[in-house]
Amino acid sequence: MLNWFLRKNNWRTLLSTGVIALALITASCSNTTTSTTVTTSPKTTTTTAQPVTLNVLAASSLSNVLKAINTAYTQANPNVTISLSTGASGTLQTQIENGAPSDVFLSAAIANMDNLQKDNLIINSTRKNIVDNTLVMVVPNDSTLGLTSFNDLTLSKVTKIAIGDPKSVPAGTYAQKAFDELGITAQIQSKFILGANVTQVLTYVTGGNVDVGFVYSTDALSSNQVKVVANAPADINAQIVYPEAVIQGSQDPDVARAYLNFLSSDQAKALFLQYGFTMAGS
Amino acid sequence: MNEYLAPLWISFKTVLVTTAITFVLGIAAARWISRYSGKLKPVIDGAFILPLVLPPTVVGFGLLLLLGKHGWIGHPLSLIGTTIVFSWPATVISAAVMAFPLMYMTARGAFEQVDTNIEDAARTLGASEWRVLYSVTLPMAWPGVVAGTILCFARSMGEFGATLMLAGNIPGKTTTIPVAIYFAIVDGNMKEAVYLMIIVLCIALASLAALAYLKKPKPRFRALTVNPVPNNMLYTSGKKDSHIN
Repeated sequence: MLNWFLRKNNWRTLLSTGVIALALITASCSNTTTSTTVTTSPKTTTTTAQPVTLNVLAASSLSNVLKAINTAYTQANPNVTISLSTGASGTLQTQIENGAPSDVFLSAAIANMDNLQKDNLIINSTRKNIVDNTLVMVVPNDSTLGLTSFNDLTLSKVTKIAIGDPKSVPAGTYAQKAFDELGITAQIQSKFILGANVTQVLTYVTGGNVDVGFVYSTDALSSNQVKVVANAPADINAQIVYPEAVIQGSQDPDVARAYLNFLSSDQAKALFLQYGFTMAGS
Repeated sequence: MNEYLAPLWISFKTVLVTTAITFVLGIAAARWISRYSGKLKPVIDGAFILPLVLPPTVVGFGLLLLLGKHGWIGHPLSLIGTTIVFSWPATVISAAVMAFPLMYMTARGAFEQVDTNIEDAARTLGASEWRVLYSVTLPMAWPGVVAGTILCFARSMGEFGATLMLAGNIPGKTTTIPVAIYFAIVDGNMKEAVYLMIIVLCIALASLAALAYLKKPKPRFRALTVNPVPNNMLYTSGKKDSHIN
């Protein structure tokens, strides 16, 4: 018996059989649907015992407020586990287009939701604008540059400007639009440092390695290491609206609808206002 | 077109400078550590190899803490007006730190294979340490050193995590090919991502082919690698067979 284990060839056979078995097992696992569908009544906000995991994809700027709202939601609905995934709205849009498991999408820009709607990836009847935000120019607390307006960006003492990548981060798109409006884009283009999402832009500013950054007022509010020195033009701020919708491929559309309803409840509204958002249409 | 040219040029510059720096530093460190016999040898050896073992984001974060505005090195530099983070030199620093262990380990392995008797023989003939290194040690260790260089080249070409942390994404200045690919994908620009990916694949295949070719022992070194000088013909004071003169 021991001799069997002492032969190297037998170890090799054992290992290769094990690897093949493992591969077969994992292959068969991925084929079966692993989600549990809610089989009880079609009414929303039921207190079924069926455990549900809700995949919420939300813009980075909503990260802090949604954590608070999700805590409140799961207290009221203990069978629901919310898996919150935040990032730039453009990145999330790409993920959804490529089939990432998702139930709810909260975007920081109308454009990203429009793109999904165009490809029939959302349940149109659930689409709604939920909150508004404003874009601000922030500097590190210890900044001595004395910047007071967007036009100051063209000064030579400003060497590093942190904005979100305009191609995928709405905050970056809005900032770019503001620069285009003021006609300063060509002059300041070479100073841009592109962030992958607006939270990273905020981190760049708090780290003190850039001179100025463009984030939402809610982001500036969340940090005590930056100060707001200017606001974006009013017509740009008027465009900053966050739409929400249930994703077409959602495994739990009823729970998703219930979650979105909760976002419009008084409890959620209070939290949104507390974190510096304004409700859409108000 | 500019979207492809800019990352190519930046990567080219970065890889060239990084490979040159790691070539020199890797050989120097390997040479030094093989001679060093102090108590801290395992610690220093570990420190040199550390970037290879750590995730690139951890190394990048560490470099950011060190070289950033409030860092130990970054703060004094900022007082004299220099910033390293979010600049092109930062791409070189992050790539060099990540690639250094590869050169160091390969060079060290190659140096340890070199017969010290032959080095000693050169010394008895009056060669200075530099001459010994250049004329004896390096040629004998050459296949290993070249392998290390090509590994460095490949590693610095593909360096992403630490580069993104330290140098950021500044189009035209610090956007290397891997960073450009990442942001192209994230932006949904699949065409650009695929083109850049094909370019990187070609460069990677070319470097692997070069590695395979250069590892073959060259005819001129065959005398040293295949038929070494017999031991009893060398002056080996203090070692075994020293009674043979």
